Order: sequence, then C-alpha cells, then structure tokens
Amino acid sequence: MKNPRLQRMLVTSASSLLAVFVALCICAVILLITGKDPIEAYRTLFGAAGETKVLQGALNRATPLMISAAAVAIGFKMNLFNIGVEGQMRVALLATAVAGAAVDLPAPLHILFCLVVAMASGAIWAGIAGWLKVKRGVNEVISTIMLNFVALSLVAWAFDSFFRAESTTGSLLVKTKELPTSAWFPDIVERRLNGMFFVAILVLVLFYVLVWKTKFGFQLRASGANAGASRVTGVNPKRMVMISMLLSGALAGLVGMRALLGDVHAYQNNLAEQQGFNGIAVALLGRNHPLGIFISALLFGYLGEASGRLQLIDIPKEITTIMTGIIVLAVVIINEAVKRWDDRRIQHKAALALESAAVPA
Amino acid sequence: MTEQSHLGQSHLAVELHGITKRFPGVIANHDIELLVRPETIHAIVGENGAGKSTLMKTLYGMHQPDEGTITVNGTLVQFKTPTDAIAAGIGMVHQHFMLADNLTITENIILGAEPVDHRGRINFKEARDRIEALMTSLGATFNPDTNVSELGVGQRQRVEILKVLYRGAKILILDEPTAVLVPQEVEELFTTLKRLVADGATVIFISHKLDEVLAYCDEITVIRQGTSVAHTEPSQVTRRSLAELMVGSDLPDPSGRETKVGDDVRLQVTGLNLAGDIAGAKLALEDINVAVHAGEIVGIAGVEGNGQFELCESILGLRTILSGSISVCGQELSHTETRERINMGLSYIPFDRHREGLLLDAPLWENTFLGREENAGLTNGPFISRNKIEADCRTIIDRFGVLTPSEQVPAFALSGGNQQKLVVGREMAGHPKVLLAAHPTRGVDVGAQAAIWDELRHARDNGLGVLLISADLEELIGLSDRILVMFDGRVTAHLNPATATPEMLGTYMTGEEQGVDG
Repeated sequence: MKNPRLQRMLVTSASSLLAVFVALCICAVILLITGKDPIEAYRTLFGAAGETKVLQGALNRATPLMISAAAVAIGFKMNLFNIGVEGQMRVALLATAVAGAAVDLPAPLHILFCLVVAMASGAIWAGIAGWLKVKRGVNEVISTIMLNFVALSLVAWAFDSFFRAESTTGSLLVKTKELPTSAWFPDIVERRLNGMFFVAILVLVLFYVLVWKTKFGFQLRASGANAGASRVTGVNPKRMVMISMLLSGALAGLVGMRALLGDVHAYQNNLAEQQGFNGIAVALLGRNHPLGIFISALLFGYLGEASGRLQLIDIPKEITTIMTGIIVLAVVIINEAVKRWDDRRIQHKAALALESAAVPA
Repeated sequence: MTEQSHLGQSHLAVELHGITKRFPGVIANHDIELLVRPETIHAIVGENGAGKSTLMKTLYGMHQPDEGTITVNGTLVQFKTPTDAIAAGIGMVHQHFMLADNLTITENIILGAEPVDHRGRINFKEARDRIEALMTSLGATFNPDTNVSELGVGQRQRVEILKVLYRGAKILILDEPTAVLVPQEVEELFTTLKRLVADGATVIFISHKLDEVLAYCDEITVIRQGTSVAHTEPSQVTRRSLAELMVGSDLPDPSGRETKVGDDVRLQVTGLNLAGDIAGAKLALEDINVAVHAGEIVGIAGVEGNGQFELCESILGLRTILSGSISVCGQELSHTETRERINMGLSYIPFDRHREGLLLDAPLWENTFLGREENAGLTNGPFISRNKIEADCRTIIDRFGVLTPSEQVPAFALSGGNQQKLVVGREMAGHPKVLLAAHPTRGVDVGAQAAIWDELRHARDNGLGVLLISADLEELIGLSDRILVMFDGRVTAHLNPATATPEMLGTYMTGEEQGVDG
C-alpha cells in the first residue's frame, strides 16, 4: 500500500464506517434500555437488504439525498456552510410547480424547462445569502438558516393566496394546479423508482468532474483551503463565494424534483419536507466526496425504506431517525479524531522517509 | 559585550542555561543563556523570527526544551504546562489580547480563577476588593465594573496585566506589548511596569523597538538566529551598536557577479501613495519610487511593518492605490487585476508561507499548481492535467532539492525549509519577468537558505528582476545590487551594498533619514 492517496481514502472510509458502527452500538443500548432486543431489531432492519423492492425503494429515497448532499458539499469545498438547502428547495418547488403548469411543451423539453426553472429559482434564493456575505459580511450560516424560515413562510403564503387549485378529486389535500403529463418525470420501475435517480447520479458525476478535474474546481478548493494563498494568486474570494453559493442553490433547486415531477405532480405543503436538511447529514457522512455521498445516501435511503418493518416487531420506526442523528454526531467526532491521528502518522512517515534518504548536511 | 559575570547567581529571578528547542528544518532556539535579575525590566530584543517567542513559550511551559535548564528564584524547575509556570509565579501577557468583550473588567480578571464560597457561589466582593487593591498599586484608575468593550487598547492591556497579577505572578512576560500602542500609551505602560518593579515584580519585555528598550529597560539580552548573542545594559550600548548586535555584524562581501544589470526596466514604481487602513490616518505608503532592471536584485531593507507588505500588495494589485503608477516591462498596471499581472510575468514569494503560500492539507502537486492555472502546459482546456502537474512538481522538487518522499505528500508534512523551497520553486517555475521575494529564507535552516540564494542568483543572471524584501542583512548585502531602506511607509535611504555597513543599515532601519546614495 504505497500510494498515499489510496491510503488516505482508506483511512477516511474506515473512519466513516467506524462512525456508523459506533452509532449502531449506541442505538443498541437505547433499544436495550427501552426493553427491546437489539439483535432482533437489527436482523429485521437489515434482513430486508436482499429484497429487490426494498432496494428499489432505497434508491428512490436516496435520489433527493444525493442531490442535496452535493449541494451542501459544493459549499463545504469552498468553506461555506449552506444550511439553506431546505429553503432553496422549497422556493424552487413552488416556482417550478407554477411555471411548469403554466406552459405547454413537448415531453422532454417540458421536463428540461422545469429543471431549469428549479435550478434558477434555487440559485436566486441562495444568491441572497451569497450577496449578503460578499457585500455585508453576513455569516452564511446565520443568513441561510434565517432564509429557511423566510422561504417557508413566503412560499406558504404565496401558495395559499395565489396558487391553490380547486380540488377535483374531493381530496382534503390542497395542491397547486397539476402539471401536464408532459412534465412528469418517467419512472424506471413503476411507482417504485423514479428516473430522477439518473439525474442524481449525473449530478454526482458532474460534481466530481467540476470540483476535482477542472481549473475552476481547483480554484474553488484552493480558495476554501486557504483564502489568503488564493487571493495572492489573483483568485477573487468574493467571486468564489458568490459562484459556489449560486451553484449550491441551483443543486438545492433540484432536490425536490423527484417528489414534484416524479410523484405528486403538483405542489403541496409538506412536499419533499426535510430532504434539504437530511442532505447535510449525508454530506457529512460521505465526507463531501461523490462516492461517499452515494453510499451514505443509499444507507440513509435504506434505513428510511426498511424502518417500517420494525413496527412489525413492535419497535417504533423512529429508532432509525435517532440512528441517523447519532451517526452524524459520531461522524463529526470520529472524523476529527482520526484526521488528527492520520496527520501525525503522515508527518511521522515523511520524516522517517527523509531520515533514511537525507544526505547529512 | 557577552555575559556579565558580576550578576549574582544566587539572586536571579530567572535563569535559563543552554536552552535548545528544535523544530524540523527551522531555527528555533540553540544554546540560549538568559539571566534575569529580580526587580528589573529585562528586554529581550531580536529581529522577527530570531526565536524570541519560542524562548518565551519555553519559559511559560507551552512547550518543553530539548536541552537546557530553567531555574526560577534559585529552584530548578520543569514546566509541563503553563499551569505549572503560573504556579511558579510566572505570568504571560500575550500580544493579542485574550479578553471577553461583553464581560466586565472584574469578570475578565477572575475568569478561570474565581474566588468561590463553600456553596460554589462566586464571591464578587472579595474579587473586587483584591482587584481594586491591585489597581491602586498599578496606578490604574478605572471602574472594575466597566465592560471591557468600552476600554481602549492601552486600558485593555492594563487589564491583561491585572489578570496576570491576580493569579499571583511575580515574573511577568510581555510579548511585544508596545506593538499595538500609540506613543503616549507606551509611556503609560512603562510607568505601570516601573511601579510593578518597585513593588518587587520582575518584567521580561520582548521587543524589537530599540528606542523604548534603551529608554526604559534595565538590562538587555540580544537574540539572533535562535541564540543569545549578548547580555548588556542600556548604558553600555547605543542604538546603533544594539541594531548591529541584533542583525549581526559579520557581513559577507557583496557577491562579485559576472553578469551585468540589463538596461530594460522590468518593474517601475513611481510616486506611489497608499492610504492607511484607518480612514484619516497617515498614508501607509508615501511617494515610493523604485525601479528594478532586468538581471538586477533590488533589496528593500527595513524592520517589518514599515510598509513593505503594503508595497508588495500594491504591486500585485491587491490594494487600490491613491496615486502613482506601477508598470511591469513598460506596461502600466493601473486597471489590471491580480491574475492578469501574474500572467504578465509578475511572481510573488509571500511573507508568510503558511498564510499566503501553501495549501497545507493538499498534496505537493496541488501546491505547485496553485496560481498557475493559466499555464497551458499543465492544463487541458478547462481541465487540469494531473499527470503533467505531477511531473512538473517532481521537476521542482528535484531542481530545488525539496526533501520529500513524493509529490503526493500533504504540504504540512514537510519541514519549514522544504516548504519554503517548494514555494520558491513554484514562483520561479513559470519563468517570471519580475519576482517579489518577501523574506525568501525566513526561518529556514542554513542549507535551505544557501540553496534558495543560489537559485535567486542564477535566475538574476538569466535576466530576472528581483525586488528582495528582507530584514536579514547578510541576505540583503550578499544578493542585492542596490539597497533601499524603508521606514514608516517611505524610502528613507539608498545604499550601495559594497559600501554599506551594518551600522548604517541599522541606523536607517530604525528611523534616521538620509538624502542620497551612501
């Protein structure tokens, strides 16, 4: 194992796996305290892993998580913490539902139009936080959190005042006017796995290429790693903040599209709820790397999909929500500890390699 | 002017013998002797990076020396943490204040050392009484219930000192305390310190401002390149001789160069004025005129903080200048962005490699790519070409003798000297027309220093124009074709390295003006 890059990847993956394991142990203790058998619970929870239907459902649930994690991760790469994915997604949902229902286009174009509207509206909302940071020095953590509330209320008000459609089916759920079928994103597996899954994969691939393979991505990472060093090479840090906020917001706009274009086909109040926030957890566990994000999204998607089974053995399915939370905490703590250890290891190894190679001065 | 043997060994407040502290590849401390008599103000002077702070961290228990002994009030001690040092009566007043703005003076002072009763409640009355008593002895006159946010810089410093005294310190270390003060506050500070000394305290005072050291201190230890070079008293030295001790007197001969300075002007700065950071304050740069020709190294001498940093940032286009013009190879730069200036052949070795030179967590190949994204040989359209960048990085590593297992290692794993060689190598790799080299060998070991100097000479012989900012006289005289001295944002002297003496440089660097060439 001579390749340091591979070594670092292995260490990183191992620390994330360790975090998941620790979280499972802590949840086992919680189950024991509540008088349940953790072994039986875990057997039920993970026993479903072989079933095609469950896997399809897991991929479907993973779809928005991958996109929202990518939205968070692109900010992280620039040292920006965009907590506003939820709000950006919500703004994009209503904007797309309204704009999509208002136009008449052939199928592929209509979908494309909806995706563009979603990305643009998400980017605009995120752009407010970017603008505040660049012009006024407002910390993006604060502004994006606040803008989440603003988005939530603003969208609810606009929906309620202008865009609610008369219910045709007699359902109590209030929705916007239904999108024409030309805007519906087709399923891969009928009612189980929507085609947005491929869009999510595409997002992760493009995210990887952009951040790791292009000049722009290099400048983005360099600016995030050391703004001072990038500044003296002529990279304008404010411009970088603005661009990464806009990119992050554009991806955030796509998060709700599986639910909107692939499932409900109209806006309603709880549509795609929490998927923006959950992306933060997925990005943390996936260490902001596309492959890590894919695996973590899959894990979280699976937990969500299989959690219902726990109720069959009389365990509340909310235990998986607790598990998700503990995983995030464990990831943050263990990653930091492992990084410190690994930094020391690398430094030590470099020193050793030199001692044996160096010519005495 | 070496150690004075008349100092009574048994009555010393602090006694350091043979203190050596090593960090990989960097000069830290080597065989330092420090003898501080009780009830004196003892100055430790030396250039930036000479090792003063490392020494004080050793004395304050922030790290342990590799060799040597520490004796406090006649007792041999070993400090594992600052807590041990505090218990032995040593207190440290940091250069950067560590105060909570929204707490009162009293709360700040007792923070972490609160007097509590048996129920765990803080006894504020007892605290305030003690603080008021301390204030009286210090001659401070503020209300201990004032919020720290309402205090000025000088008063905040007084609070820091009170904090240390409250914890029972008898030996106070002040790390460049006057760096943040205006002259009047400096006077007040020393009045305070004199009172403390009269009450039985001992003050260790770190500075590189010679005037105040000579005016207010009782004894002086000079640190140069990590070791103590003199122990003296203000009555025995002049400002000039002290400056000479600080920067070293063994000057090399100006290198007899075989090539000639070219005719074409590579860098021309004319009538440059730059506003200060605070509105209404005096100019940060005032009427700077500098020309660097092809194949020429122009040295800028000066104690740090006299406008050298601002000059570099102005040339790079990182600051908006008030008036004046800057041109590279005859092209006026006024409306060009930093990136364009770099593409025109401007290159920069920054003052601080960690803050502005390197991505410490990133592998070396990414570090040598930094700032060179427009280099067509390393990219493929909008994409980076990793193989080419890695090959280029290996070339730099070989050429500049960077000691590293491979180009995949993160930059933090390298020693300081090797990190610096990597930065220098990167900045030279693009074959620049003009190089701004700020302290290119600061804090690196002798081997790396020689290697970097050789590279600079070599590039100069091939026509590179270099603006060399340095405080190291050996470097300035050994490399420069001409030397300008900067003081207080202005060029105050033009010197010929062949005839310049350290005394002259020391004088001009500490503020004396000269008209024309010496």
